[in-house]
Amino acid sequence: MPSLFEFANPKKFMDLSGVLLPWLVAATALTMAAGLLLGFSTPPDYQQGDTVRIMFVHVPAAWVAMMAYGVMTVASIFGLVNRHPLADIAARAAAPIGAVFTALGLITGSLWGRPMWGAWWVWDGRLTSFLLLLLIYLAYIALNDAIENETRAARASAVFAIVGAVNLPIIEFSVQWWTTLHQGESILRKGGPTIAPVFLWPLFLMALGYTFLFFVFWTIRIRSEILNRRARTLLEMRAG
Amino acid sequence: MNDFITQGGFAAYVWPAYGISALALALLGFWIGHEYRQAKAKLAALATLERDAP
Repeated sequence: MPSLFEFANPKKFMDLSGVLLPWLVAATALTMAAGLLLGFSTPPDYQQGDTVRIMFVHVPAAWVAMMAYGVMTVASIFGLVNRHPLADIAARAAAPIGAVFTALGLITGSLWGRPMWGAWWVWDGRLTSFLLLLLIYLAYIALNDAIENETRAARASAVFAIVGAVNLPIIEFSVQWWTTLHQGESILRKGGPTIAPVFLWPLFLMALGYTFLFFVFWTIRIRSEILNRRARTLLEMRAG
Repeated sequence: MNDFITQGGFAAYVWPAYGISALALALLGFWIGHEYRQAKAKLAALATLERDAP
């Protein structure tokens, strides 16, 4: 069985991702179309009315924001431990995508919070730690861009990403640790989800669609960076 | 149809949530696609230069 590191070879990555990308794009389009169709066919919630539909874009955005950071952390660990350039590229490629999904989680959450809580924003544990996630993403991008030497930039930002990962469990458990307006765990909890299946299906499909979309964007960004590095190598060869 | 547009009186929150999400993801996709096309074109130009070099 081929190891993960075999696919970490940039040439093999380009070949494999070239084959997988069209399928990923199709899977994204299908799951998101089905999720939207189901999402707008559900009846209003007995408590939240039609605002419940905001959940179908808010929760997937928040999920991908955290997953992207997890991906970035794992890639950073591989980059630091194995010194593999593709791991550094993968970590760097995930950051701006994660930042956009985090911003979307915050904006859609605010649009849901206003009619439900009567406030656009509250400084509670969940919201504040999620805002912190956005700031960590932005600081990571700034740090990566600030250091000219590619290897040093990758090392410094990998350490930063790993330290920043401490915020992930804080976000996850904030609703249990502190009093908050944000609802508690309602999907991945002991005893099963508290959400009715009529809402659970569109939510699941949209979360899957957002996840596929992240992988589409991430793969294309990694491919771009590999091409850019090849171009830089050609330029250096010409200059040298 | 009217219920769909008004979203039970919450249209001012539901539609912006979907609109902003769609716009942000479309812009992100456009930027990533543009970045990829640029990288491809740059490499192709350099490879041509390399091939045609004396």
